[in-house]
Amino acid sequence: MSIIRAEHLGFNYVKYSDSNESEETVRAVENVDFEVEKGEFIAILGHNGSGKSTLAKHINALLIPSEGTMWVDGINTSEEEELWKVRQKAGMVFQNPDNQIIGTIVDEDVAFGPENLGVGTDDIWKRVDDALAGVGMLGFRDRSPNRLSGGQKQRVAIAGVVAMHPDCIVLDEPTAMLDPNGRKEVLEVVRELNRKEKVTVILITHYMEEVVFADRVFVMDSGRIILQGTPREVFSQVETLKKYRLSVPQVTELAYELRSSGCDIPADILTADELVEALCRLN
Amino acid sequence: MQIELKDVSYTYGLNTVYEVSALSGINLSVKEGEFIAIAGQTGSGKSTLIQHLNGLIRPTSGRILFEGKDIWEEGYDLRELRTHVGLVFQYPENQLFETTVVKDVMFGPRNQGLSEEECRQRAEEALKLVGIPEELLETSPFDLSGGQKRRVAVAGVLAMNPEVLILDEPTAGLDPAGREEILTLIRRLRDRQGITIILVSHSMEDVASYAGRMIVIHQGKIAFDGTPRQVFAHYRELEEIGLAAPQITYIMHALKKGGLDVDVNAITVSEAKRSILLALAMARSGTVHV
Repeated sequence: MSIIRAEHLGFNYVKYSDSNESEETVRAVENVDFEVEKGEFIAILGHNGSGKSTLAKHINALLIPSEGTMWVDGINTSEEEELWKVRQKAGMVFQNPDNQIIGTIVDEDVAFGPENLGVGTDDIWKRVDDALAGVGMLGFRDRSPNRLSGGQKQRVAIAGVVAMHPDCIVLDEPTAMLDPNGRKEVLEVVRELNRKEKVTVILITHYMEEVVFADRVFVMDSGRIILQGTPREVFSQVETLKKYRLSVPQVTELAYELRSSGCDIPADILTADELVEALCRLN
Repeated sequence: MQIELKDVSYTYGLNTVYEVSALSGINLSVKEGEFIAIAGQTGSGKSTLIQHLNGLIRPTSGRILFEGKDIWEEGYDLRELRTHVGLVFQYPENQLFETTVVKDVMFGPRNQGLSEEECRQRAEEALKLVGIPEELLETSPFDLSGGQKRRVAVAGVLAMNPEVLILDEPTAGLDPAGREEILTLIRRLRDRQGITIILVSHSMEDVASYAGRMIVIHQGKIAFDGTPRQVFAHYRELEEIGLAAPQITYIMHALKKGGLDVDVNAITVSEAKRSILLALAMARSGTVHV
């Protein structure tokens, strides 16, 4: 059974005037249908304002559909009494690490989630240990979060979600504010969680290289999913992506340019190794 | 020399238990019209460094000269300095506050004491430079898209007619097309208006494509200072200090190892393409034995 299913999902933002009357509605998500299987790694691409974050916020019921239905592990997110169940199943990590850490010490911060779920004390500490070990931050458990680097803070934020034992993690541009090392750390942790713990991952990003490892990619524009497929299928459409204000990884771009100049190499090259192999074969 | 830093050091929380050295012994000269990228890990001292350049932070020791004058000398007009050296912070759109786009951009010139008319003219020019269409001038800045908001924020600094523009990660959080728009705009400001650009960036690909000079900060010191090509040649050392080379550099090294005689110093897609096509052609015609 699929873990996430959206059916004709639509969402309107309502703008209010100063006198608190609704002025106009803006359609942010338009008739979206998709299914995600347990354990999948999904990446969502789309330009600023394309509706990715709005769609993602439906997965843990931060937003409730204006039209259609969102199902998370069989639960309809529109049913108010199921709200906490949905949020335990799907956790969310945001862009700015400084906005999502509330504890004064790393392990207290990670404990916040399970504590709110009413988990017993012993079990909380076990979950905290496991979660911190999972993101490689166990050695920092007694530290103050404000002394950590951006990448370390994001890993603590991810541990905070992991400690709630979710089936699914939604990450909304988790690497946008990080330096190259921080980006690498966070991505490795996310991939490990997906591979080893079989956690379903939904990753929103503007960095095309981060998408190469996904099972499937959704491309959004004007609130709709306008393209989906494996990274290889999606990134072979260089011109289409550019039209939607996106790009492809540098490797793919180079391969595309070389092909346009008459090099006989495959159209769907994704990694440096593949390009090197294809070119050395030509040689 | 437009800006000079002479043996600049800065310590946070001096003489307290929280004392942390952020910069030590920085010597740096910036020439008019340069396009400099500053790279470094989080916590390396980049942000502390750029805040020295327009006098937001006073160095613990050392001197900072702008056009030959020590900015911390008694009687030096720091307010005036800040109109010459404009600083665009990270996520500058968070600082938009006025009711209309044009009013927001007029805020800076107004503080410079210019007449209403001049302020308006400066604002309109700046907004034109950053590519905000005229019909948006009277709308609320909060109704704009993310990329547009950021360009309005940049216009707010440009309206003060700075000679030096410092930008702290101006592309963070933007989609690829938005990133390119901002970087193209910055390049144009340098090429056409002659504004000196100092850009803090985490994207090695952007540094490679746009900057003429690259400065790497590590643990409060300058670790590398040269053209991006020279600096990226040290990619192993860059990795050790939390940075990397552009993806292209790694491909070129792998190709060379795989037997294709390419230029490992290529750092952009177009350079790589040229070098690969040349290497393939030479291998085919047999003029070079690989």
